Amino acid sequence: MKNKIVYTLFILIAVFALCNSFVIENPYFKISKKDVKLKIPKGFPKPNYNFKKNKLSPDIFVLGRKLFYDNLLSKDHSVSCASCHQRIAAFAHIDHKLSHGIYAKIGTRNVPALQNLIWKDAYMWDGGVTSFEMQPINPITSPIEMDESLANVILKLQANKEYVKLFKKAYKDTLINSERILKALAQFTGLMITANSRYDKYMQKKDTFSLAEKNGLQLFRTKCASCHKEPLFTDNSYRNNGIKMDSSLNDFGRGRLTEIEKDYQLFKVPGLRNIEMTYPYMHDGRFKKLKDVIEHYSNTANHSEKADTLVSRIGSLSAQQKKELLSFLLTLTDKEFLYDRRFADPAMLQ
Amino acid sequence: MKTTLHISICVAILWVAMSFTGDLKSKKNNGSPVSISFEHFVGNEILKLDSANYKNALGQTFTISKFKYYVSNFHFKNSAGKDVTIGGSFLINEDEEETKKILLAKIPEGNYTSMDFIIGVDSLHNCSGAQSGALDPVNAMYWAWNTGYIFLKLEGQAATSLSPGHFFEYHIGGYKQPTNCIRKISFDLSKSESITKEIKIKVNVLEILKTPSAIDFSKLSSVTDLKNATVIADNYKDMFELISDEK
Repeated sequence: MKNKIVYTLFILIAVFALCNSFVIENPYFKISKKDVKLKIPKGFPKPNYNFKKNKLSPDIFVLGRKLFYDNLLSKDHSVSCASCHQRIAAFAHIDHKLSHGIYAKIGTRNVPALQNLIWKDAYMWDGGVTSFEMQPINPITSPIEMDESLANVILKLQANKEYVKLFKKAYKDTLINSERILKALAQFTGLMITANSRYDKYMQKKDTFSLAEKNGLQLFRTKCASCHKEPLFTDNSYRNNGIKMDSSLNDFGRGRLTEIEKDYQLFKVPGLRNIEMTYPYMHDGRFKKLKDVIEHYSNTANHSEKADTLVSRIGSLSAQQKKELLSFLLTLTDKEFLYDRRFADPAMLQ
Repeated sequence: MKTTLHISICVAILWVAMSFTGDLKSKKNNGSPVSISFEHFVGNEILKLDSANYKNALGQTFTISKFKYYVSNFHFKNSAGKDVTIGGSFLINEDEEETKKILLAKIPEGNYTSMDFIIGVDSLHNCSGAQSGALDPVNAMYWAWNTGYIFLKLEGQAATSLSPGHFFEYHIGGYKQPTNCIRKISFDLSKSESITKEIKIKVNVLEILKTPSAIDFSKLSSVTDLKNATVIADNYKDMFELISDEK
C-alpha cells in the first residue's frame, strides 16, 4: 500500500515536471539572438525604422511578445493586440470587415496587416501616425478599442510579478514606463517581415510560375504596380481608389487629418503581401473576396469621378485577365511568415 | 567589533563619494546653473485654477481649470557672439508647482545679451519615437492619432461658451507647415552685467485670448483643429514677459 502511494506520487511529480518544462522551456517558443537579428531581404530598400535607438535583444522581444498577446492592455482585460491582429491573417483580422474592440464596440476601419512595418513612413489608413514606436498608443487609448490609459497599463504591469521579472531581464532594472513598453512592442512587431512568398522565390529564380501566374504578374506590372510598387507592393502614397464613401461611416480619410480639400477620401495604398489571408478588403472591409476587388478596379472604379487617375486608367479586364491577376496575387502568400514560431503566442500550446 | 567595522566602511564610502564629487566640481567649475521661473498671471492677477473669475478682451467672464505647456531649446548668446544651447523640453503645468521652476544645466560665465526658446516641441522630438521624462506620452500632452505633441492646453468654463457645460478647451499643437504652432520667444539680456542666475518670466494667460485675435467664447469654445490652432498660437506668442533677471 505504502509502496503504491510512493509510486503514484513519483509518477505525478514526474508528469508535473515534464509538463512544467514543456510549458516554460518549450524550445519552440525560445527566442535566441539569431531570432532577433534584423535581416533586410534581398531587393528591399533601406527601412525607415532601423532599431538603432532600440537595440534588438531576445529578452526585449519576448517582453514585447507577451504584451502583444496580453488582454491586460485593455481596460476590462477583454482584448489584446492579437484579438484583432491574428498571426494566420498576417496580423490582420480575418473575416472581419470592421473590428470589435472593448465592450463589443465596432470600429470604423478594417484592420491592416502587420507586416514589413519598418518600411512604412506612416501608419493607419490615413497616415496620421508617423512614429512607428508610438503607434500602439492608438489602440490602447481608443475608447472603442482598448479604452485604457498608458498610466493604468503601467500600474497594472508594476503590480504583476511576472512582468516585473521580464522588465528586469530585458532592461536590467525594474523600471516600467511607456518608453520601455512601446519599444518592446516595436521590437516584436518590427521584426514581422515577410519576404519568402512564391513571388520572392520566383524573383530569385528558386521557383517557377505557371503561365497564368506569369501573365498575371505581367498584367499587374502594367495595371497595378505604379501604386502597389514592388517589392513592398505599396508606394506609401494616399489615393482615392474609386470606392464610394459609406455614408454610415463618413470616413474622410486623410482629409480629416490635414484639413486640406484634395486629401478628402484619400487612403493609404496598402501593401499586398499575404493578401490571400487578409480578407475582407478595402479601408472599410467592404469587399469579401479578392475577385470583388479585381471586379471593382476593372469596372466600378473606372466610372468614379473622384478616383485617382492611375486607378481610372486601369480599364476593363477580360475574364481571363482577371483569373490570371488573381493567380498572381495568390503567389504573394508567405507561409514561412504566417507560421513563423517567433510570432506565436507562447500561452497557446501548438 | 562588528559596529566599528561597519562605521569604518561607511566612512570610507563617504570619503570616496566626497572626493568624487569634489573632483567633478573642480573639473566643471566653469559655469553656474540657471533657473527660470514661470509665474502665471491673468492680466495683473496671479492665476488661480477653478476659483477665480476673469474677463477676456470682449468682457466675457471665465474661469481656468487647466493650463500647461511645453518650452524647449533654450539658447543664450553672449556679447562675444558665442552661443550656448541647452536642448530638451520642459512641461510647465500650473497644477504642479514644482514644474514652474526649471533648472537649466550649467552655462559658462559670460556676458549674455540674449536668450530665446520655443513654445512647443521641435519637429525632431515630435518624430523621435517613444521618449521618457517631459516627453513621455503618459503626460497626456500627445496626440496619438495624428502624431505629435500638444504644445499648450488651456481649459476652463465661460458662461458664453455654447459647448456642453459651458466649457472651453484649447489644445494647440502641430509642427508641420503651414499649420506650425511652434513660436520662438526672444528676450534681451543686454542689461545683465554678468552671468544670469535666476530668470523670472511672467506668463499672462490673457494674452492667449487677446492679440492679434480676440477670442469670443461663444464662437470658439473648442480648438483641436489645425487652422484655429495657428490663430491661438499667434496669440500665445506674446504671453511671456521678462520680469527680472538676478545677477
